Formats: sequence, structure tokens, C-alpha cells
Amino acid sequence: MRNAERLCLAHFWVAFAAFLVAAALGTWQMWVRSPLGAHIGTPGQYFMSVTAHGVSMAYVLTTFFIMGFGYFVAVTALDRPLPGKPWAWAAFWAAIIGVVMVLLTIIAGKASVLFTFYPPLTASPWFYIGLVLVVVASWVWCILMLAAMAGWKRENRGRPVPLAMFATVANAVMWLWTTVGVAVELLYQVIPAAFGWVQTIDVGLARTLFSWTLHAIVYFWLIPAYIAFYTMVPRAAGGRLYSDTMGRLTFILFLIYSLPVGMHHLLMDPEHGNGTKFIQVLLTAFVSVPTLLTIFTITASLEIAGRLRGGRGVLGWIAALPWERPTVLAVGLAFVMLGFGGFGGLINMGYGMNAMVHNTSWVTAHFHLIFGGSVVIMYFAIAYEIWPRLTGREHSSLAPLRWQLWLWFIGMMVMTLPWHWLGLQGQWRRVANFNYADPIIASWGPLVIVSVVGGFLLLLSALLFVRNLIALHRSAIIAVRRPLYALAVHPPQRVPAALNGFGLWNVLVLVLMLLAYGYPLAQFAITPSPSAMVHRVQ
Amino acid sequence: MSDTHPEVHEERILWTELLWAFGVGIFIAASLSMIVFTALTRDINPPSNVERVDPKTLHLSGEFAEQNLGTSVGSDGSVTVRMIATQFMFAPRCIAVPQGRRVTLRFASPDVIHGLLITGTNVNTMVIPGFVAQVHTEFARTGDLLMPCHEYCGLGHSEMYATVQVMSQSDFIPEADGRVSCAKR
Repeated sequence: MRNAERLCLAHFWVAFAAFLVAAALGTWQMWVRSPLGAHIGTPGQYFMSVTAHGVSMAYVLTTFFIMGFGYFVAVTALDRPLPGKPWAWAAFWAAIIGVVMVLLTIIAGKASVLFTFYPPLTASPWFYIGLVLVVVASWVWCILMLAAMAGWKRENRGRPVPLAMFATVANAVMWLWTTVGVAVELLYQVIPAAFGWVQTIDVGLARTLFSWTLHAIVYFWLIPAYIAFYTMVPRAAGGRLYSDTMGRLTFILFLIYSLPVGMHHLLMDPEHGNGTKFIQVLLTAFVSVPTLLTIFTITASLEIAGRLRGGRGVLGWIAALPWERPTVLAVGLAFVMLGFGGFGGLINMGYGMNAMVHNTSWVTAHFHLIFGGSVVIMYFAIAYEIWPRLTGREHSSLAPLRWQLWLWFIGMMVMTLPWHWLGLQGQWRRVANFNYADPIIASWGPLVIVSVVGGFLLLLSALLFVRNLIALHRSAIIAVRRPLYALAVHPPQRVPAALNGFGLWNVLVLVLMLLAYGYPLAQFAITPSPSAMVHRVQ
Repeated sequence: MSDTHPEVHEERILWTELLWAFGVGIFIAASLSMIVFTALTRDINPPSNVERVDPKTLHLSGEFAEQNLGTSVGSDGSVTVRMIATQFMFAPRCIAVPQGRRVTLRFASPDVIHGLLITGTNVNTMVIPGFVAQVHTEFARTGDLLMPCHEYCGLGHSEMYATVQVMSQSDFIPEADGRVSCAKR
């Protein structure tokens, strides 16, 4: 590990501490919105909690986990020391200062704008500046990832970059593009308004800039799960990766297609015309390509493993897989959740169909299932897989790990399937309480209670997860060194430059972004829209 | 795992991948065709009229001044509803609409971002300060429907909702000035 263990563990523990707090808050929110907990708490407390839940899950858990995992991959997959480690620690502490600022402003009740901001509502400026610090820290991480890959390439001319690192750098490059939108929104519009330097905000422009970030950020969170699919799962199952080239192609497609599609979050907005909305719906359809390719390649890799273990027949290899291993179990459960969540996503992107589900519980269900379900369950699997490397200790029993994964899966399904249905009935989201005296809302009560049960299962699973990691730190069993990353069936000897770097693809991203966002952003300069007065929440 | 396994020859792997990619292409083409087909033949499009209105002055004059809010029937028989979405209420709080007739709903916000849906219908739009949100629909059944604000607009957001009274065509009778109000209950 070349002494990067402490760096990685520090990032992971901040991520998982935020995760545990956010899980508890999420469960509390579900309780007070249900008929069981009606009249508990005030709207002020509720929206403070929603803001803390969103910020912790979407910004702290993800960013810290991804940075820690990136450092881990850079050191283990490239097998060389991390360049600029003092910078990595500086970025870590900058991000910590940012998180503390964010949490203090939330607890003080000065930042109840949720994690998506909603200008012209404005919070304390220190809330946004704290978030900017976290983003700046992640930029340092991006540069370190690029430097690590460049250093390795210099020492290994002509050889293909190991897939895990190639994918990590793809994510770093994508993240640099992704953060441009929200950075411009915060620095140019929201922070000046929060300080009181300007009195008005062009809301349409702010929403368009945020949408630039809003979809690709989800792929930033998701790519570690896909890195695990391609590089860890085939080995954990005892097989090989079906195709290394397909892996590279998948991550390149994520880089290209996750950016010019953010306006599908604005389908119900009046500030954009049908033409530009439709272009982005077209591009959104192609975002499903890397996922569909992945499902094929990973299933084929698992089939290889199953057949090597003696599986026969068309489906016999599935039963022959080593389901007792947490990583294999996690990928199975992740695929089921990805299936349901992906189907829901097709409805969301369905242009006109979006009107049936926009801002209803359907959407809440969709992103909890995809991110909270498929992605976070792979975060668990990654942690279980690499913790022995980081601590030098081995899990004493795998049973509590499996229990934890199953609980997360069942909890997520029990929570989100009722939400999907309630969303179709018109249950709207982001409210502190429902008036169950209304006959329409009263009819939703039983399903809301079912979803609360799912919430408690998730909290139980979150607690068990942290318990499992702490137990490993205290385990007496010394870890045996074993390879982490899967070999491909045909390990690549040489790959074309286009599959070994990102120069060409950045040009393509630029072209697509001009196509997708050129006019939608330019229209605010061509015909300035009337701006709205700033409203402070505190 | 060696190249002697016929299942994992490089050509064989490439062939299966191309086959799958072809299937993915068909799937995407089919989904997009459905979207284009419904948009062109059934006029199913998102609300996108891109019509600007100044949130700071919309209450002073024009169609969103107080006396023009609510339901009105034009001389050509067209039904238009105008509403203000503001922290933390809709004005007016109740609107009357006819069953089985095309209705145009127009919304504007003088302050922050709002949004709305009408339960059991396809009415759904964001209300962004600076723009008029416009939706067309036809209400299928009579009765009272909920119209909540579905976008976070501040601490009072949860209390923000209106009622939509869908009347049978025989009950939906405009007054002399073309206006229709909710029935008193």
C-alpha cells in the first residue's frame, strides 16, 4: 500500500460517519411524514434535517468515498507511490473545514435550502463557501489522479493503463467538467446574493447552470460502483473479466454522455423550449448504453466464473457462483435494484411522460433505488473488499456482512416500491407533513407506513455496516495478501491511444456541450429574463 | 482460462458484443420512436412556452393583477385559468374548471421557485419567477382535486395547496363578465 493507508482510511471514515448520521435523519423524516409520526417536529426542523440528509449523502459520503477510493486505486492498481501526497492531505483538511462550515450553518438554521439550493432562496454565505471548499478539494484530487496516471505512463510507455485507474481518471476528468456549472452558479450568482452584494437573481439561468452539474454528478457517484463491477467482481467470483476493451469503452461513454443531458431535469420548466429539451432527451437515451453494455459484460464475466466452478446448462452457472462472498452477493442485489431503478429512469426521461412523475415520490424512489441502492451497496462491497488491505486484518466471519447487505437490499425495496406507486397517485415530495384528514391523502397512509418499515431496515443495516468495519479493525486475524483486480480473459498488450487517454474525448465533450447547452445558456444573454428578488431563509 | 476454449476466443467475444450492441441500438431506437410518435401525433410535449414576465411588477397590471386571477371564459368559449403561486399559497385558493373541455392553465410567481401538480391528472409544471408557466389539459371526471406546491419554496411549503373543482358542463356557467368561481360548500 506504500503508506497511503491512513489517507484512504481517513477519507472513508469521514464518508461513513456522514452516511450513518444521514441514514438516521432520513428515517426520522419518513417517520414524521407518516400517519404514525404526524405532528412530531416543526417544518423548520424537518427542512433542516432534509438539508443535512441531502448534503451528507450526496456531497460528503460520495466525495470523500470517491477521493479515498481514487487514492487507493492509484496506489494499488499502478503499484507506485501516490504523487503529491502532502497535497492530498491538504485537500482532505480543506474539505473537512468546508464540511464543518456547512454543518454549522445547517444546525444554526441558516441553510435550510436543501442540497439543491433553489435560488432566489439564499442561505448563509458560509454554507455555500463550505461546499466550494469541498469542491476545490475534489479538484486537487482530480489533478493528483491525472498526475498519477501520467507518471505511470512515462514509466510504462506503450502499455495500457490498468482498467481500474483508467476508469478513475475518466471519473476525475468528468468531474472537472461537471463542477463547472455549479461553480459558476455559486460564485457568480448565489454567493454574491447571499452576501447581499446583489439584490436579484436570474432564476432561469441559475437552474440551467445547476442542471449542467445535476446529472453528471450522479455518474460521478456511480463510477466507483462500476469500477468494482469491472475490476473486482470478476475476481471475487473466481473468474475473469470478459472484455477489457468493453470496460474502457463504457467509461469513455460515461464521460461523453453524462454531461450534455442535464436539462432532462428541467423538462417541466418554462424557461426552455421544446427543441432544446428534445435534443437533451435524445442524448439522455444514449446514457443507457454504457449501463446496458456493463450488464452484458459483467454477466458474461460471472458466467465464466460460474462455469469454472462447475456450473452447467443455460442458467446452472448462476447457482454455482460463490454467493457467500459479500462482493458477489452485492453485485447480484445491485443488479436487481439497477433493473427497477433503470426502468423508472426511462419513464423520467420520457419527455411527455415526465409530467406524470415530475417532483412526485416516484422520482425520490428512483434516485434512492439507483444511488442509495445499487451504488451505495457497491460502496459497502468495496469497503469490505479493501478494508483487509487497509488494516492488515481479516473479517472473522462473513455472515454479518451478508446480513448487512441483505438488510440494505430488502429495506431499499420495501421503501422505494411503495414510493413509486404513491408517486403515480400524485404524492408530491419535499413536504414536512401530510394532512391525513384529506380523503385523497388518507388513502396513501397504509403504503406510507410500509415504506417507513423499509426506512428502519435501512437504518439497521447502516448501523450494522459501521459495526462490521469497527469489528474488522479489532479482528485478531491477519489478512492474507491476495490479488484485488481481475484479469481479462484476453489481457490487453497494446491499446489504441484513444482507449488509453482522454484528449480526443474531451474535444467531443466540448462539441456536445456546445450543442446541448450553447443556446440554452446563450438565450439568457440574448434576451435577459426579468430577475427575482433574493429571499433569505433564516 | 485459455484461448483453446472455443467460448472465449477473441472473435467469439467480439461477435457476442456486437450482437448485444445491436440489441441495445434497437431498444433505444424503439424508445425514442415512441417519444417522437406521441409528441407528433398526440401533442404530448412538456410545458415550454418560454414567455417572460417580471416577478417584481406582475401584481400591478396585466393578466396577473388581482382582478384577472381565476377562471375566465373567452368570447370564443375558450377556458383560461390564471393563478399566482407565492409563499405560501396559490391565489385564488380554489379554481373552477369544466369537465371534458380544453382548459389552459397559466401560472406566475412573484417571489421564489414553486411548482405544482393536480392529483390524478397530467397537469405538472414548475413555476419559475421570470416566466409564465402554461399547461393545457382536459379534466376527465367531476369532483375536487388537490393542487399542491411540489417544489420546496421555504419553511411554509407544506401548507401550500389549492383545490381544483371540476364541474359538469351544465354547472359550469360563466357570469356576465365571463368569470367562473368555485361553488360555495
